[in-house]
Amino acid sequence: MDTDIVTGILVSEQGALSLEEMVEACGTEVEWIVELVEVGVLSPEGPDETAWRFGALDLLRARRLARLERDFAASAEAAAVILDLLDEIERLRACLIRAGVEAV
Amino acid sequence: MEFKDYYQTLGVARSAAEAEIKRAYRKLARKYHPDVSKERDASERMKEINEAYEVLQDPKKRAAYDRLGTGWQPGQDFHPPPDWDTGFEFRGSPAGEAFGGDFSDFFATLFGGAVGARHGAGVHRRGEDHHAKILIDLEDAFRGATRTVTLRVPELDAKGRLAARERTLNVQIPKGIREGQLIRLAGQGSAGMKGGRAGDLYIEVGFKPHAFYRVDGRDLYVSLPVAPWEAALGATVKAPTPGGTVEVKVPPRSQGGRKLRLRSRGIPGDPPGDLYLVLEVVLPIPETERAKELYQTMARELAFNPRRSLGV
Repeated sequence: MDTDIVTGILVSEQGALSLEEMVEACGTEVEWIVELVEVGVLSPEGPDETAWRFGALDLLRARRLARLERDFAASAEAAAVILDLLDEIERLRACLIRAGVEAV
Repeated sequence: MEFKDYYQTLGVARSAAEAEIKRAYRKLARKYHPDVSKERDASERMKEINEAYEVLQDPKKRAAYDRLGTGWQPGQDFHPPPDWDTGFEFRGSPAGEAFGGDFSDFFATLFGGAVGARHGAGVHRRGEDHHAKILIDLEDAFRGATRTVTLRVPELDAKGRLAARERTLNVQIPKGIREGQLIRLAGQGSAGMKGGRAGDLYIEVGFKPHAFYRVDGRDLYVSLPVAPWEAALGATVKAPTPGGTVEVKVPPRSQGGRKLRLRSRGIPGDPPGDLYLVLEVVLPIPETERAKELYQTMARELAFNPRRSLGV
């Protein structure tokens, strides 16, 4: 059993990971990530592929999308719509929480 | 290890056709998919469903599984027959790999051999990245903390067979972390093949619900109960902050719902978040004659219609 304390790097919401790192973190192909950027599911900072920097939110979104595609045999487009709807639900839940109403 | 009844998991008969198995899987996936489900144990259930489908949708794996016979009960202590992995070769769909470490020992024992064979043929290759999620207390984000994370990681044993190993890591939670951020631990993912680098481990951080603080990014919200006279006349009252109790001025003529912002009292960072106190006017219950008199005096002497905005 490891007992040492490991210290990591904080991946911020934006501007942290290169295209290559995203590909590795998602266990996927470059083309898949590029397509998600083209359809607007992911929004990296930077002018072109070599300079793209993705954030923690992009990584969480991409992995969620991959799960939705895989488990529902959904197209990238359909999975993207589901993803947007889930984001909207989360945004509304956050509003409820701010308003002190417990989201069920 | 425990026997898994994959037919029971998907709720289909042993004679079910491929299309029927697919339908059952789709239906269960809609109900238990952790991304869309509100069921409490969704993520656990989805793992079982995925594993069952992984086996039953693949004719070769299904045939091998069926060969175990019908004499087994779910949860029964199971040992594979001695001649188990002769005569089978599983290729094509990734066995277990697709789930990260999320497969049962039962699955790994029956179907783990093929993965090893497939991977072993690879050359210089970087190890896979892994992902985990931990829940921390809000206070941990204020002070920083160390949290123990237990992971199930897929690994190849000496014979090249897939097995899940439990791994414990003590992870430093940096001060000022927010929900939605990730901690990236370099080299803590899968080991590389033939001199390839190890993968990384990404840890998603969420906050456990707090008894009274609500979190929005770096900002915190808390309901602050005040007496009617404190809201009406203004007062200096005590308020909790994660850094300790503070005194705040409630301005006169405040109503319930008014927000008082305590700058930089939210989650630390650059810039730090703010803490919002949301006033909640609480009425004393008139339990004594004297208390009733006070309310009656107000009723008599204040010309107050709380429903004026409704036009009644």
